[in-house]
Amino acid sequence: MIALLRRDLTLAVRAGGGFGLGVAFFLILCALVPFGVGPDTTALQPIAPGILWLGALLACLLSLDRIFALDHEDGSLDLLATSPLPLEGAVAVKALAHWITTGLPLILAAPLFGILLHLPGQAIPPLLVSLLLGTPALSMLGAFGAAITVGLRRGGLLLSLLVLPLYIPTLIFGTEMIRRGQEGGATATPLLFLAGITAGTLAVIPFAAAAALRVNLR
Amino acid sequence: MSLLSVQGLCVARGGLRTVEGVSFTLDAGQALILRGPNGIGKTTLLRTVAGLQPPVAGRIKMDDDAVAYAAHADGLKGALSVAENLAFWAQVFGGGDVAGAMAAMGLASLSDRPAAALSAGQKRRLGLARLLVARRPLWVLDEPTVSLDAASVGRFADMVRGHLAQGGAALIATHIDLGLDARVLDLTPFRAKPSPDAQPAGFNEAFA
Repeated sequence: MIALLRRDLTLAVRAGGGFGLGVAFFLILCALVPFGVGPDTTALQPIAPGILWLGALLACLLSLDRIFALDHEDGSLDLLATSPLPLEGAVAVKALAHWITTGLPLILAAPLFGILLHLPGQAIPPLLVSLLLGTPALSMLGAFGAAITVGLRRGGLLLSLLVLPLYIPTLIFGTEMIRRGQEGGATATPLLFLAGITAGTLAVIPFAAAAALRVNLR
Repeated sequence: MSLLSVQGLCVARGGLRTVEGVSFTLDAGQALILRGPNGIGKTTLLRTVAGLQPPVAGRIKMDDDAVAYAAHADGLKGALSVAENLAFWAQVFGGGDVAGAMAAMGLASLSDRPAAALSAGQKRRLGLARLLVARRPLWVLDEPTVSLDAASVGRFADMVRGHLAQGGAALIATHIDLGLDARVLDLTPFRAKPSPDAQPAGFNEAFA
């Protein structure tokens, strides 16, 4: 499993791997919003949590189809399925690799993008915590969508349609947490919901995605 | 004790039965060559034996984790070097001599070359070298000699002979003569008869 994680990370960092594309997309999105709605603090501040989470969500979506599609094309997935590695473990590792290459850079860059959107300083910690808790769920749910669409050509759009609705709970509680942090309110409730959703996906998705992969490999 | 025992196997591709009633056994040190016209179901049969799809009927008896499968796609990553590709599969399959495998398939001088820069034949050799690092007793090979030149085919035949001599077994679908001392199984007589059963099972096939 360590070998698979190391390989996926190496592939992401090498040429054509797409490492950092998600962050660049996130940056552009956050930089475009003030052009669209105007640079006033009064206009930007209320929508900043939503924009930040939507940006993270879409940036995450960009690289989802790579999770299994490339391995399916070159036959690695067949070989992984016949290897001693359980397919559930392979799914979890590949989702983790996706999170490290996409989710983690987003979290690190988010405070900077929060400033671009006039997010007050007291909302930065809730922003970081909500992303840290929420983005693993995005990667896991995405891995499930990628497993379902793995055999399809141009499955990217279908993947988006399947996965985006599943992101709604994470989006709701993620933005709610930042909004409450912005207003100085208690953030415990959305935090617990967010953590619960992530824990649930971590527990269930590897099995669901592995089952989907087995059907698609036939 | 045979490494692989197949009884009354029936396989289906896209829900349509291709061959049925296939039975054979493979003992340690034996190789079996599968032949038959295009579309008869050689690949499907091999994928079923490798455990990638369930059989429609019949039984496949073998140890768990016995199969090393090699098909048309070699499972190579273009951004990784030859040695890195092999080392990855060696780790996944639990160790194996990477340098020895590269030497056996004549890849030693290419070890630092990214796999994307290899020719089709070199990629194939790398895909076959993976069999050596996987250290599995039963090789299931689908057209292993595609795009190999004569010298490489000879090298590959030597590799299979060495594997058989060490108590392994090989199930190979190929149309060329590898010069192996192997039985040949022609699948033509086992072609599935058209019947209501041979029709696609529809949507529920995915959940069978």
